Amino acid sequence: MPGRLSAIASAVLLVAMAVPAHAATIEITMENLEMSPKDASAKVGDTIEWINKDVFAHTATAGNGDFDVNLPAKKSGTLVLKKAGTVDYYCRYHPNMKATLKIEP
Amino acid sequence: MFVRWSAAIAAAILLSSPALLQGARAADKPTDPQIAHIAYTAGVIDINAAKQAQKKARNKDVKAFAEDMLRDHEAVNKQALALVKKLNVTPEDNDTSKALSKQASDKLAELDKLDGAAFDKAYVANEVAYHKAVNGALETQLIPSAGNAELKSLLQTGLKIFQGHQQHAEHVAAELK
Ligand SMILES: [Cu+2]
Repeated sequence: MPGRLSAIASAVLLVAMAVPAHAATIEITMENLEMSPKDASAKVGDTIEWINKDVFAHTATAGNGDFDVNLPAKKSGTLVLKKAGTVDYYCRYHPNMKATLKIEP
Repeated sequence: MFVRWSAAIAAAILLSSPALLQGARAADKPTDPQIAHIAYTAGVIDINAAKQAQKKARNKDVKAFAEDMLRDHEAVNKQALALVKKLNVTPEDNDTSKALSKQASDKLAELDKLDGAAFDKAYVANEVAYHKAVNGALETQLIPSAGNAELKSLLQTGLKIFQGHQQHAEHVAAELK
């Protein structure tokens, strides 16, 4: 019995080693009309989750047109990153809300 | 408790830029109950302007902008009401609020005579001027004069919202040209 268990354990370990590092979820908060962190870094395949803590609706809108995520008051929204590059984004409703996303390949 | 206040708000509407600052200056250092009244009135004015625009605007960006103004200012004023209730402050009418309201109703009447593209342009131009004026009053008068920390913080959020609206209005104005 213990032998079988350890066999399973090593099989699991092998699988874990074979699979590349898990894609991460990066949280960016919007509170009091500020994105935090203002400069975030992520990799292609990662998910960005914007958490809007304000009672106001915001958006995360890429200056280059790559994405436009609606964030109703007190709601969050996600985006899976598909393309590397540095993207400046802003809120369409409050263009004074600005931040940068650095996406590595 | 809010009867007098509500009556003033009901009369409140749009204004053009100079009077807000003049009004604020004339009233020395406003008290917290006066500041709360001015801030709330300023929000109601933009809400009423947005309601007029929803009926009259033709351009879809202008219509969308009016909807954004309505949503944000209603949210700010809801927070303001909750705060004055919590602080047990009765907002107090004052010369600045009166000047704001008077100008606003004049502006609303002026815009009411316009239609179509002419209305769209005039509404957005006034939104730029109005938000600029409110931002000036918040920065130079209302925020520095506020005594209560929570009121000050709400005004600071209000300033960021208004600054955002000013930029948004400027973008819409640029696209109408
Ligand atoms: Cu926003």
